[in-house]
Amino acid sequence: MTSYIIRRLLLIIPTVFIALSFLFVLFFALPGDPANLIAGGAERNIPQQTLDQINERYGLDNPLYEQFTDYWQRTVQWDLGESYLSRRSVNSILGEKAVASLRLAIWAIIIEIVVGIAVGLLSAIRRYSLSDKLTTIFTALASAIPVFVLGFVMQWLFAVKPNQWDWPEWARLRTSGIGPNSWALFFIPTGEQWRYLILPAIALASVTTALLARMTRGSMLEVLRADYMRTARAKGLRERDVVLRHGLRNAMLPVVTLIGLDFGTAIGAAVLTETTFTWPGLGSQIAQSVSDRDLPVLLGLTLVVVLAYAFVNIVVDVSYAWFDPRIRLGKGEHA
Amino acid sequence: MTLTDQVTPPGHVEAPEPADVADLGAARPLRADVWRRFKRNRMAMVGLGFILLLALVAAFAPLIAPYGITERASGQFREGPSVDHWFGTDDIGRDVFSRVVYGARVSLRIGFLATAISLVLGLLLGAISGFFGGSIDTIIMRITDVFLAIPYFVLAISVATVFGRSENSIIVILGITGWLFIARIVRSSFLGLRRLEYVEAATALGFSRWRIMFRHVLPNALQPIIVYGTISVGAVILAEAALSFLGVGPQEPTPAWGLMVSEAKGSLTNAPHLLFFPAGAIVLTVLAFILIGDGLRDALDPKLK
Repeated sequence: MTSYIIRRLLLIIPTVFIALSFLFVLFFALPGDPANLIAGGAERNIPQQTLDQINERYGLDNPLYEQFTDYWQRTVQWDLGESYLSRRSVNSILGEKAVASLRLAIWAIIIEIVVGIAVGLLSAIRRYSLSDKLTTIFTALASAIPVFVLGFVMQWLFAVKPNQWDWPEWARLRTSGIGPNSWALFFIPTGEQWRYLILPAIALASVTTALLARMTRGSMLEVLRADYMRTARAKGLRERDVVLRHGLRNAMLPVVTLIGLDFGTAIGAAVLTETTFTWPGLGSQIAQSVSDRDLPVLLGLTLVVVLAYAFVNIVVDVSYAWFDPRIRLGKGEHA
Repeated sequence: MTLTDQVTPPGHVEAPEPADVADLGAARPLRADVWRRFKRNRMAMVGLGFILLLALVAAFAPLIAPYGITERASGQFREGPSVDHWFGTDDIGRDVFSRVVYGARVSLRIGFLATAISLVLGLLLGAISGFFGGSIDTIIMRITDVFLAIPYFVLAISVATVFGRSENSIIVILGITGWLFIARIVRSSFLGLRRLEYVEAATALGFSRWRIMFRHVLPNALQPIIVYGTISVGAVILAEAALSFLGVGPQEPTPAWGLMVSEAKGSLTNAPHLLFFPAGAIVLTVLAFILIGDGLRDALDPKLK
């Protein structure tokens, strides 16, 4: 087990190295002179002297391989550089954005777990009922709606319409920005904060909740047919105990995997949700820095996202063994 | 509330329909069998019907659309649905219905072609990886690891920024970012299949490894890929919409649904129809592909039901 974990941890290094190197090189293939962009944009006429100063400052005239080795030498010491645009250090941008992303991700995962498992479970034990059919339709629908469309529709319903229809103040939600940014115990919104949090959290949770409900239902249906369920009933347990203690627990293995992976996704891949609601997290910042060609910010933030995702993956794989002791990690591992 | 009533008793086997009994043992091609089971799935048939209809709309778009995609009605900006303009007009007076109709061409083309690229790459690399094993397997799997480690949209928008935003480059971008999972699925099927007796028999008969790989093993590994590929057409259409939203999708005046939706975000207050019609087209199309995929999964593997 320990050797398995160590091996997985070591494998992160080449993966991260190649992934970031790929993005690094990719950005040198971009048309346009980065110095020009840093100085204020392609359209403006920028004095050569300024361009030279910028090239000097960021080492942009050096040959690609020199910039490349230079980048990695700094990165391994966690010197992520500074933004081409705002001149802020990437580390300080990272600190601010990662916290916002994490808070949003936590709430999205809470929604996902509560709603997804409950809906999937009910749908499985009442198979073919009306609510099961509705669940099937709604989960398919949730997977088919682009996140930003869902975001726009919610903005229209909960922010545009309440103003037109003059809804009471408490029912009006906010649709953009992070708001007062007031939190208790790191992730519990205080004061007006919840108005800003609730819509992006639901939007971020929508797709994964639908997937989780489908997976819980499928996994539960399989478990309900198992022999030990019959045994549990035969020994006279209440149906509730049979379903929850014997059924749900055994159906959780694939479900836990999905939740783990979703957490990784929710931190890093919330690009669309965060952009829709202008939530100042890692995802929206990464998207912004791609269009600004702000390479240090892009690489620094992506590095953190990739690392977080890799660690979550390992935790998920290790938790397999914990949930199902029959699984031995590291033996014949090649999948 | 008792939970007992709704639960199917364990070990309960649904009684086969009389037709099944009569047909037992009758030699029937697998395809007909799958189609028979698929037809029984009402939702999947609705999905299939919708996609066929959409394909017709795309094929005959010039006959169906009352206006051209760049034609502007003078003075009618952001007007709601009316008799002249079924889906209303957009910011610069273009007919939204016509643009949605022509958009079917864009979406279907992007969806099918990008999926085709992903399938070819994924099948080839997954098959090589699973069949030959060894160091080539390790290399291919490490490549998929690397690209799966980068969040999908970070990868897609970075590549899109570099390769430009024409419709064709979007197809290539979505194609080359979509093969990773397909390769993994194919590989794991191949790993299981390559040790079976018929592969051994074919080897003993002296067939080349490529022939065995594609003629003997591949057809048996196709089932999960057919399902994944179907759903993936919808997923590609969603991804195209997302790229448009992030500003790296197809450009004006291409009537791409995703582009129309993302342009509607400024008009939510006074012209929500600009959002609802193209968004509805996206949702229905993607939903149809999901339903067909689900139907195929059940039809291909009756045990799962």
